Amino acid sequence: MNWDAVILSLKLASVVSGVLLLAGLPVAYWVAFSRWRWKFLVESVVALPLVLPPTVLGFYLLLALGPRSPLGQLCERLLGHGLAFSFQGLVVASVLYSLPFAVQPAAAAFALLDPTLLQASSVLGASRWRTFFRVILPLSASGVVTGVVLSFAHTLGEFGVVLMVGGNIPGITQTVSIAIYDEVQALNYQGANATALFLLTFSFLVLSLTYAMNRRVWAVWPLRH
Amino acid sequence: MPQPPEDVSRGRPARQSPAESLRVRVLKRVSPRFTLDVDFLAPAGITIVFGRSGSGKTILLNCIAGLVRPDAGFIVVGQTYLFDSERHIDVPVRRRALGYLFQQPALFPHLTVEQNVRYGLSGLPAEVQEQRVKEALESLRVAHLRPSYPRRISGGEAQRVALARALVTHPRALLLDEPLSALDEGTKSGIMSDLRAWVASQPIPVLYVTHAPREAYALGENMVILEEGKILAQGIPQQVLSAPRFETVAELAGFENVFDATVVAQHEAHGTMTCRLDGTDLCLEAPLIPLAGSSRVRVAIRAGDILLAKAKPAGVSARNIVPAKVRALESRGVTLVAHLDAGLPFEAHLTPSARQELGLDAGQDVWLVIKTYSCHLVR
Repeated sequence: MNWDAVILSLKLASVVSGVLLLAGLPVAYWVAFSRWRWKFLVESVVALPLVLPPTVLGFYLLLALGPRSPLGQLCERLLGHGLAFSFQGLVVASVLYSLPFAVQPAAAAFALLDPTLLQASSVLGASRWRTFFRVILPLSASGVVTGVVLSFAHTLGEFGVVLMVGGNIPGITQTVSIAIYDEVQALNYQGANATALFLLTFSFLVLSLTYAMNRRVWAVWPLRH
Repeated sequence: MPQPPEDVSRGRPARQSPAESLRVRVLKRVSPRFTLDVDFLAPAGITIVFGRSGSGKTILLNCIAGLVRPDAGFIVVGQTYLFDSERHIDVPVRRRALGYLFQQPALFPHLTVEQNVRYGLSGLPAEVQEQRVKEALESLRVAHLRPSYPRRISGGEAQRVALARALVTHPRALLLDEPLSALDEGTKSGIMSDLRAWVASQPIPVLYVTHAPREAYALGENMVILEEGKILAQGIPQQVLSAPRFETVAELAGFENVFDATVVAQHEAHGTMTCRLDGTDLCLEAPLIPLAGSSRVRVAIRAGDILLAKAKPAGVSARNIVPAKVRALESRGVTLVAHLDAGLPFEAHLTPSARQELGLDAGQDVWLVIKTYSCHLVR
């Protein structure tokens, strides 16, 4: 079994779900509560990774992160290397790719809250922040946890985007799924099986744990109001 | 007239005087067909805002609370401007320092009763919080529920806790949006008397929105009648409800009998006039009111103000004695509703024992006895 790849994948998934917990909540809040008339456009952009083939997303990310793009050049200057084919690049790509999995469950939970609770909170003198942390977040905890776990699991299992953006550099960008692909290409079925079985078991455990803690029917999409 | 505003940005100002009033003048276009356009003053004490659903009651409260932004007007509580369209004052909801009770208690389900009540007190020293929470819980008789979660308490208890949660912040005014409509009479009157006691000790304006005439009679010192976004009448409930000058008010106040009529004679010396009900020869004597050019009026009579007699009564002071036939008797709770035909359908109320003594049944001939002053005229 390829432990380097397993550890790299777990590291990537942890960083990505951490970033998505911080970045996904404001997006989910906005999606749930904004009354902007063009909101549906933003919702569509957030949901794009659900329908796009990973290669399409990966291709454009590669262009955006590459050394000729402004973003790539900025990183070149800041980090000393470009984003493409680096761990940081993988994080950026995975965050975008898993965004809907973090945003949708949280936004759905926010939208299901009784609006009078939020009104009651403001009438009682609470700021938006206080309302968010004292009322919205505790009452939507299951949705937020679901989002984090799903983005963790999704990142753990992604293949196409990682291959496009990160390539296949052992210890740097070679994740579990790519390691398995590699081993199959090398006809090392036993090694592939060990890693695949590990991934299968691990994903099943994580999901069972989430569902057990959070026995509610949820939908990743569409978001119901 | 309201005074210049104080600086509210520093947080909740101490109350200026023991008895503040709430002055509201609000224009809000809700839809092309519905505009809220009201102007009234609610003194310290309970003011009933009475109107049927869709009359704009909740929008009015939401404007005052700051949940809905009026198009124009001003809202002043005591000396403090909460909203003034001309001077671009719009104090955010959380700085208005008002109490608002919704139709549902809206308790935070993940917090205990105590934590719910304490919610609006953040920023105050712990001892002050504790003392206020204790005071509010005891005033509303829910101190024993302190550690309970909202799902474990009854509907009446939940509204008591919600009221405690609002009052504990010492709001400058209290807004109640039919908070007791889902509760039974006993629970309701218990909560109301506790609220009265609180308001008596800390006089603030309380706006109580309702569509039930019974609540309106029982609760208010002052009353505002709202109809399609406009104020129809204002005053003490007995005045506003029992001497209607408008048809809509008569309907709102529960007049069961309303007839179109023509004034056929005016007896200025007696202070009365004779009205012939349309489509009949039936004439009723009603109090004299200025007619303003038209002889067309509407006559409104409460079902409870009509007496029934089996034989034509003699020697009574009532001026209107009308023959009729009983079409049907319908029991509605403890009252019995008699549907009568006197050329036009009339409705009269009586008690089951009165019915027994009269031996009243469908198909019988009776006499309706109606006092002149029970005939309310509506232009």
